[in-house]
Amino acid sequence: MGFYVLRRLLQMVPVFLGTTFLIYALVWAVPGDPFEGKCGERDCPASYVSAMRDKFNLDDPLVVQYGKYLWNLVQGDFGQTSSGLLVGERIATAFPVTLRLALVALLIEAVIGITAGVVSGLRNRGFLDSLVLVSTLFLISIPVFVTGYVVQLVFGLQLGLISPTVTTPTFGNLIVPGFVLASLSMAYVARLSRASISENRRADYVRTALAKGLPTRRVVGVHMLRNSLIPVITFLGTDLGAFLGGAIVTEGIFNVPGVGGLVFRSILTKDGAMVTGVVTVLVLVYLLMTLLVDLLYAVLDPRIRYD
Amino acid sequence: MTALLEVEDLHVEFRTRDGVARVLNGVGYHVDAGETLAVLGESGSGKSVTAQTVMGILDTPPAYVMRGAVRFHGEDLLSATAERRREVRGEGIAMIFQDALSALNPVFTVGFQIEEQLRLRRGMSRSEARKRAVELLDLVRIPHARQRVREYPHQFSGGMRQRAMIAMSLALDPEVLIADEPTTALDVTVQAQIMDLLAEIQRERHMGLVLITHDLGVVAEVADRIVVMYAGRIVEQADAVSLFRSPGHPYTEALMKSLPRLDAKGTTLDTIKGLPPSLLRIPPGCPFHPRCPRAEAVCSVDVPPQERLGFGRTSACHFAEEVLNG
Ligand SMILES: Nc1ncnc2c1ncn2[C@@H]1O[C@H](COP(=O)(O)OP(=O)(O)OP(=O)(O)O)[C@@H](O)[C@H]1O
Ligand code: SF4
Ligand SMILES: [Mg+2]
Repeated sequence: MGFYVLRRLLQMVPVFLGTTFLIYALVWAVPGDPFEGKCGERDCPASYVSAMRDKFNLDDPLVVQYGKYLWNLVQGDFGQTSSGLLVGERIATAFPVTLRLALVALLIEAVIGITAGVVSGLRNRGFLDSLVLVSTLFLISIPVFVTGYVVQLVFGLQLGLISPTVTTPTFGNLIVPGFVLASLSMAYVARLSRASISENRRADYVRTALAKGLPTRRVVGVHMLRNSLIPVITFLGTDLGAFLGGAIVTEGIFNVPGVGGLVFRSILTKDGAMVTGVVTVLVLVYLLMTLLVDLLYAVLDPRIRYD
Repeated sequence: MTALLEVEDLHVEFRTRDGVARVLNGVGYHVDAGETLAVLGESGSGKSVTAQTVMGILDTPPAYVMRGAVRFHGEDLLSATAERRREVRGEGIAMIFQDALSALNPVFTVGFQIEEQLRLRRGMSRSEARKRAVELLDLVRIPHARQRVREYPHQFSGGMRQRAMIAMSLALDPEVLIADEPTTALDVTVQAQIMDLLAEIQRERHMGLVLITHDLGVVAEVADRIVVMYAGRIVEQADAVSLFRSPGHPYTEALMKSLPRLDAKGTTLDTIKGLPPSLLRIPPGCPFHPRCPRAEAVCSVDVPPQERLGFGRTSACHFAEEVLNG
């Protein structure tokens, strides 16, 4: 197991280098003036442009630029934006907000999705089952920005139950954005749990558990659930990785000061240093999350061995 | 005297999309303490469904018990409460299944699966239950039981897994053990070991053993009595010795002829012609008549009753006496 983790970590190095180089190249080496629009209506003064080209090493060959960027990065320096903001600092304030939103969304997704899936999976073709199928279909077919704006409009502006934008990102204030963020995956979790439960219902080991004279509660709650939730939990893990990548749309609608919003604004303002910095962090987080999910899988299912 | 376990006139149907399949059409058998009853019959004849009805683990829907009784110490289980039925499972009547790999839960250790019954039903503590689980694994001769109790089913070989399943079924000291083709999934050499183990345990504990099998060879060795099933009916019932000496039903006769024989090497096997009937449309009269070499006009009209042939033998054939006397 330890050996496996080490091998996986080593495999991440080329992936990390490849993706970050790609992003770096996309941001800095695309045709066009990287400082266009930075000085209002007028073109930037030549002195400013040369200072900036110097600051971002733009006169070096691309590989050298990237090398310098990487060298600073391993020393913990994410660099500065053109206006002098520390990229690392901004990420450090935005990331915890995104993490909080992601956890809220994950919790909502897990609780509602699994409950709906299990209940409908246990009774095939009942009223409840149809209800879950229809409502998940509904959720799956609506884009998140529609759910987001509708929720904001109805609960925030018309009913006044919530504040339409998140001013301080406490857990309580993040429930509604978390719900919107979770809505799509929640439907998938419900369907996945439902399929998994109804498949496991007929499994031989369930019959054995019944034949042993165990109470139905225990057969369902221990034997069946433990098996059925393996794919669901790994799905949730992957999803957490995706949530941590920042929910650009949800954070945008509710004005949550997280990573998604940061990326979005930086792209709009062509803030190359910020975009590269944030995406670099996200690549790292995502790589680590996939490793964690694989390890989690082995913990949940003893048949999976990594040697 | 009431039998330990008695099944009487059991009718079970499966209501499926294609129609109603009459899977059991009046099955009856009984087993006493210390006795091994072999249940024989082709695939689909209803051997497992009968066992599941006895255990009360039929899937309803699609399966419905229409008629009949399952009596344990004279108490009818089919009319008992769900709670009472659950009490009898494991403790009164236990069951082991064909494929131990899928019948054991893959994500729990073998020990856990033995111990949970002991903790839940016997109120044992974790450590007491662990101790007992090791004893049970020892009893079924699993080497290094103390370590293996902590392993998962997939870490066991096929034979060891079936042993573990037997250990699990013995946890609550059942009076009747139903073994549904316990050796079919195993290598031939391992099959013999498992059968010996089962026979030995059955003797020592004076249990009633219901052994469901396709394998006439196994039956000849361990069974005291045999029932032969065809299309959800018992067609013949006899003690093992006299059944092998002279079958009393054409179907049993055919089964025996299909057995490979050492003394007839090189001759082709006499397999039974045709297929078992669709349970959605069981032929009128004797259900075996389309395949029966002895069939006559009456066979496709009248359902043959259970003829008594003496010494507890019965045969559901219009010409039972003739068959018996060759
Ligand atoms: N869940 C089910 N749904 C529909 N039909 C079923 C179901 N379970 C069993 N049957 C039908 O009941 C009949 C008897 O099945 P059963 O499993 O008792 O046969 P068996 O004698 O045990 O055969 P085998 O030797 O193959 O185990 C079969 O025709 C089968 O198709
Ligand atoms: S009743 Fe007729 S068809 Fe049925 S087994 Fe006897 S001889 Fe054959
Ligand atoms: Mg069977």
